[in-house]
Amino acid sequence: MKTCLVVDDSSVIRKVARRILEGLDFQIVEAEDGEKALEACKRAMPEAVLLDWNMPVMDGYEFLGNLRRMPGGDAPKVVFCTTENDVAHIARALHAGANEYIMKPFDKDIVTAKFQEVGLL
Amino acid sequence: MTPSDYEYLRKFLKERSGLDLSADKQYLVESRLLPLARKSSLPGISELVEKMKGGASALTAEVVEAMTTNETFFFRDKIPFDHMRETVIPALVQARAARRSLRIWCAASSTGQEPYSIAMCLKEAGHLLSGWRTEIVATDLSQAVLEKSKAGIFSQFEVQRGLPIQLLVKYFTQNGELWQISPELRGMVQHRQLNLLQDFSHLGVFDVIFCRNVLIYFDQNTKTNIFERLSRMLEPDGVLALGAAESVVGITNTFKPYPDRRGLYRPNIAPVIRVGASTLVPQTLRAVAAAR
Repeated sequence: MKTCLVVDDSSVIRKVARRILEGLDFQIVEAEDGEKALEACKRAMPEAVLLDWNMPVMDGYEFLGNLRRMPGGDAPKVVFCTTENDVAHIARALHAGANEYIMKPFDKDIVTAKFQEVGLL
Repeated sequence: MTPSDYEYLRKFLKERSGLDLSADKQYLVESRLLPLARKSSLPGISELVEKMKGGASALTAEVVEAMTTNETFFFRDKIPFDHMRETVIPALVQARAARRSLRIWCAASSTGQEPYSIAMCLKEAGHLLSGWRTEIVATDLSQAVLEKSKAGIFSQFEVQRGLPIQLLVKYFTQNGELWQISPELRGMVQHRQLNLLQDFSHLGVFDVIFCRNVLIYFDQNTKTNIFERLSRMLEPDGVLALGAAESVVGITNTFKPYPDRRGLYRPNIAPVIRVGASTLVPQTLRAVAAAR
């Protein structure tokens, strides 16, 4: 079973994402900010990361840069999932190494399509 | 809705659009037509049927549109489009090197996601098609969906179903929560209203035909008839793409599957026509000869 790290400061979003991704046969690890997400990656590198942008302590963009510099950090497929829905943010995310990008609000169809797109399903 | 109303609508829809409703689909008709009846200030479907019988042509056209299923999304099922990029376009580029042109038909193009997915495949083929004339003909029964397709404007939800983010950034312009596909890609697609039940030979011969997720709504004889007419519209080395749940097996011998290319079919060069069909003449050969 593949592991997906869900990183979002909203417990509601994490719960919704967990429900969708468990339905897609992922094992879920949660983190509420980028710093805690990095610690989780040091413990065990996930196959996928569903990543919010705006979070306290360390945002998603900074987390992604740190992740990609970690040993083995180029392996996880990173899918941003954020309300930052403009082209400039999308371009920055792709440049920093994101594999896909979900513009909130999202549903199961969108998550499934994006995870299929990057080969996670 | 009375049983006779339902029978009238079943017969009407079969004749007008080919839609083959089984006896247990009253709920579908009610869910699609009640909003239309209310919009037309009619109390229910019985009154709608009465008005249709009276010859209200605008209303009958709206009934056909309301019963059309327009479910679609970008790069639907992914595999046919992977085949387009990886094998179909490169093979056609070689085969058409002398004439340097490609013609592709989306036979039920709905709101445009399919023809624009093909347009993106062609653009992504880049130098292979540099200097080529490429033509994508998008047809649909519904004028309303064709208008939406022509505008090329999609919601945030629509652009997130099947469209890779890199292609969204590359080919679309954002306007708030709406995204419009580039004028260049819009210019690659010609839109025409077309009922597949009627003659479509005037469209000419194509190298690729996408006829996906539309024939599932038709009965067996209608499917056979359309497949046989489609075979006359396709080059002998052309490609027919069907939906993931569709097949020609048991319906027609005018096409056969491409080995190792799920969902893609090619004309059967000397088909044995189904027993019970009107002729035993090899249809594809005859049609290709007639078209030239």
